[in-house]
Amino acid sequence: MKPSPLTRHWRAFLELLASMRFAVALLAVVGIVAAIGTVVPQGAGLGAYINKFGAFWGTLFVRLGLGQVYSAWWFLLILALLVASTTLCLVRHTPKHLADMRSMKEHIRPRALNAFGLRAQARLAAPPTEAAGRLAAALTSRRWRVRQTPHEAEGEPQGVMLAARAGASNRLGYVLTHGAIVLIALGGLLDGEMFTRAAMLLGGKSVYTGGGQVADVPAAHRLGAGNPAFRGNMMVAEGGRDATLILTRPDGVLLQDLPFEVELKKFHLEHYDNGTPKLYASELVLHDKKSGERVERRIEVNHPTSWHGITIYQSGFDDGGSLLDVHSVPLNGSRRAPDMKARIGEVRTLTSGEDTLTLELLELRPQNIEPRAAQTAEAAASAAAAAQGKVAKMMGEDMMDLGPSLRYRLRDAAGQAREFHSYMRAADLGGETPVFLLGVRESPAQPFSYLRVPPDENGEMEGFVRLLAALHDDDLRQKAAERYAAHATTSKQVQAQLADSAHRALSLFAGAELVQGVPVAGLPAISAFIESAVPEGEREQAAQVLLRLLGGCLTQLNTLAREAEKLPPLPDGDATSAFMTQAMLALSEAPLYGAPLALTLRGFEQRHASVLQMTRSPGIWLVYPGCLLLVAGVMLMLYVRDRRLWLWLEAQEGGTLATLAMSARRRTAESEAEFERLRAQLLPPAPPSQEENP
Amino acid sequence: MTEPVPAAALPPVEAPQRRRTTRDWLFAALVLAVGGVLIGRYRYLMDGYELAIGVACIPLLIWLGWAWRPMQKLTLAVALLTWGGVAAYGGDIARADTSFWLKYFLSSQSAILWMCVLFFMSCAFYWLGMFVRNGGDALELLGSRLAWTGVALALAGTLLRWHESYLIGDGSFGHIPVSNLYEVFVMFCWMTALLHLHYEARYATRSMGAFIMLAVSAAVGFLLWYALVRQAGAIQPLIPALQSWWMKLHVPANFVGYGAFALAAMLGFAWLVKHQGYETRLLKLAPLWIFGVALCFVPVAFRAAKAGSSAGGSYWLGYTLVSVAIIGFIIYGRRRIAERLPALDVIEDVMYKSIAVGFAFFTIATVLGALWAADAWGSYWSWDPKETWALIVWLNYAAWLHMRLIKGLRGAVAAWWSLAGLVITTFAFIGVNMFLSGLHSYGSV
Repeated sequence: MKPSPLTRHWRAFLELLASMRFAVALLAVVGIVAAIGTVVPQGAGLGAYINKFGAFWGTLFVRLGLGQVYSAWWFLLILALLVASTTLCLVRHTPKHLADMRSMKEHIRPRALNAFGLRAQARLAAPPTEAAGRLAAALTSRRWRVRQTPHEAEGEPQGVMLAARAGASNRLGYVLTHGAIVLIALGGLLDGEMFTRAAMLLGGKSVYTGGGQVADVPAAHRLGAGNPAFRGNMMVAEGGRDATLILTRPDGVLLQDLPFEVELKKFHLEHYDNGTPKLYASELVLHDKKSGERVERRIEVNHPTSWHGITIYQSGFDDGGSLLDVHSVPLNGSRRAPDMKARIGEVRTLTSGEDTLTLELLELRPQNIEPRAAQTAEAAASAAAAAQGKVAKMMGEDMMDLGPSLRYRLRDAAGQAREFHSYMRAADLGGETPVFLLGVRESPAQPFSYLRVPPDENGEMEGFVRLLAALHDDDLRQKAAERYAAHATTSKQVQAQLADSAHRALSLFAGAELVQGVPVAGLPAISAFIESAVPEGEREQAAQVLLRLLGGCLTQLNTLAREAEKLPPLPDGDATSAFMTQAMLALSEAPLYGAPLALTLRGFEQRHASVLQMTRSPGIWLVYPGCLLLVAGVMLMLYVRDRRLWLWLEAQEGGTLATLAMSARRRTAESEAEFERLRAQLLPPAPPSQEENP
Repeated sequence: MTEPVPAAALPPVEAPQRRRTTRDWLFAALVLAVGGVLIGRYRYLMDGYELAIGVACIPLLIWLGWAWRPMQKLTLAVALLTWGGVAAYGGDIARADTSFWLKYFLSSQSAILWMCVLFFMSCAFYWLGMFVRNGGDALELLGSRLAWTGVALALAGTLLRWHESYLIGDGSFGHIPVSNLYEVFVMFCWMTALLHLHYEARYATRSMGAFIMLAVSAAVGFLLWYALVRQAGAIQPLIPALQSWWMKLHVPANFVGYGAFALAAMLGFAWLVKHQGYETRLLKLAPLWIFGVALCFVPVAFRAAKAGSSAGGSYWLGYTLVSVAIIGFIIYGRRRIAERLPALDVIEDVMYKSIAVGFAFFTIATVLGALWAADAWGSYWSWDPKETWALIVWLNYAAWLHMRLIKGLRGAVAAWWSLAGLVITTFAFIGVNMFLSGLHSYGSV
């Protein structure tokens, strides 16, 4: 009966599938695609690809699934074909290999031995049967498997064939490695997204793209606790509880219900002296939903825990809503701004004068360990000097802790946002005075630029704020100028002129005057003024004079502002002069800060959230044994030499003519050497007396 | 069946030495005693797994020493150097700058610098041995001795670095020095050299060393740049993801693989040079030359592609010029090299053995890596770039071995393939760290 065309095609397909060429081609494709997957960023949005590769290629890449290569249907199809091909190969060849392992090929014709490359002959004194017994014992003691077959022709004994075999387990290596690949691939498939995809295709589940509370997400987007394989994340704050995982899909999320609730008792975060993270650990309490059973577990990176077949990993951490004691530092000339209590993650509305600002509290960092060099040029030089020693090199760069900091964003009514980064304590950067660092940037892509505010005699920013407010008060500026002039000279006429110049300089510095129609403040205003009013040759001198004037006036202004608040003037000395120098720089830069106020921390109560990854991966029961088989198989294939040995013993002149032949699956130096050794040991040159006889 | 191999072309193979000498037993006793004392002393730093690894190291070392006797001397030398270093430190890291021995010889950074110098010198002597007509054997012997010394200093330096890591940061930094690119590069250098020394002794031929030490020297060149220009020699503490006993198994296993693959690639190169030793048509030599040069360009291309990091530009220019000169020199002197190298079959046999060793260890390393990943990242396979490239390397050599074992692949194709394997291996080793970010980004360049 002729096979139907369908059967023929099916046969041809199976033939193709089982062929090694096909398998090698598939493997090459897998290799290339996997390599592409490492080069093309995975899991980004369409926009990112268009940005990177252009509209045409970006779109094409996404269409082809190159953004998610490892879960693209065609990649999984190739893997499936590979598994099918390997399985088929295994099914076809395993019986052959197993049969070959058992077979001793003892029925080889004696004459066939002449064709072997490794062959030797010798005469033995003993008759064949006796020699056979001895030689078989010798081979057995060398761990060869031996079978004796007497040959007869027409009832007459002709001789004895000894067939021996060693290293047959090499054949097993083939079966084990290929079987291992099938097991590993199947296990991987189980742990992949197979069950999730099945739930979406067959179980009517779909991804959720909306926002809101986890508890409000409808059941169509939730997978039941019985789902056999999943991998998801959960973020739980200290003191909080959760029982739902979030499974990220390319186009949204799915929720996975857990059979237990996870409560985070405490999260531990530790750093080394140089700021490198040292420990992430979560103290968890797990509550069984049905039985109410409760267990306590501690997990760390590299030390996960398992409960109800679900493994829980420490995957990351975040802020779980730390409580902040926020201090407002007005920078718009007002004297006070309200302090507040707030939490990280909160969004608030601030009103400052006529401005309405939206405040987003982004991040609390309790420690900021940074290389000294990163903050100042002077410090960089000293760090380089310190790094000369070998010990410093071993320790890495010179590190320092700048203390806690707060990162937040202010958005004005037009939606324009700036990001700020304020340190809680004044940092000693190697200058004359420590400084409070108030950072600002226009976009997250830029580095922060820092306003450096000197602390006052109480170690606060109050003194600077007072001076800033005074600078914005024209009456006080006038008074300060007059007082400065009165101190500088006794001549009434010069005093009036000096006071006028001093007032002008202060007003320029405060940004209260336009220079050639352009609003400008701080030291740039002074230099712009000099450029507009002083001939080129005299500018340097004028600048020195003006700066000295300005410095003197600011000191007077500060004293006036203090008097108004019934505070004594600052004592003369290095501390005061350092404060005033730095204050002048800060006042000059304050207009660039771009916000009516700065927020810093008075205190905080940190509250962590732990990011946990949880998986149920039944595939490991296939993958791990598969790995074991793979290693065993590779070892057998590479390090066990499969070889056969035949000894044909035929009676000759009262003794025996022995023909020794060996075949190895691979002929190597080892086989040659072994053959020589065996020949020398099994077939020693016969004693001379008998040698001479024939 | 494969084609017969002329017996004369094959090297003498040592019969397995089953008989143990007194020295063997003394060595075993010494390893047992010292190992026992060390484990007892540092037990408080180990968890159960680490204890098991430490205990398993004792029979492993005894076995290595028994199977290959020169390992006994090496072990002893390394132990004495390390002991001297530890004694010179006396628990105070500041002595690295004040103690003469530590400053100039034994502190990890000095010892590793010495390793670099010795490997360069070893390479030079192997090449001199290749070309000097009389006394070539003596020069090669010197090259071999220098390589042994380099390995000893590298190992002692590594062990002392381990010790040093416990002396800084109040001991909190302490960890085995296989945790960043600098440390594993040191490992790569000594591992490759040691594998070579093993084959050298086993096959009783030294001239292959010229080619292999060339690869080691290239790695040393990279290491020096990395240490001097990038200050990568600093001991950094372990981030949480690396704090695992798996690291002690996974990383060394991987580097046996990388070292063996590099060795096989250089032997592929040697094979091709010998094969074309009497080739006079330059056209036929061109692919070899182009490939050789291209191979030298690999790290340079990596550097160039990484825009914005121009540090050490002239270093890399010098590196390239030297590499191109060396390749040109090899092609020019191919006839002499061909005379000096062992038979093609021997080179091929060593190449196969090396790939087999590399593949076995790479398989184990990848499996161990998967097991570790399951503990640390929650998934035994996440298609992380390093994982993916390890898979590609594995597939490449699996295919090579498959072709060799099943189809009897030999000759030029096998040699070219082995050489090309180095490109893939190098990319998996360094390229991934340079270009691709992922979970494995411990040693960025």
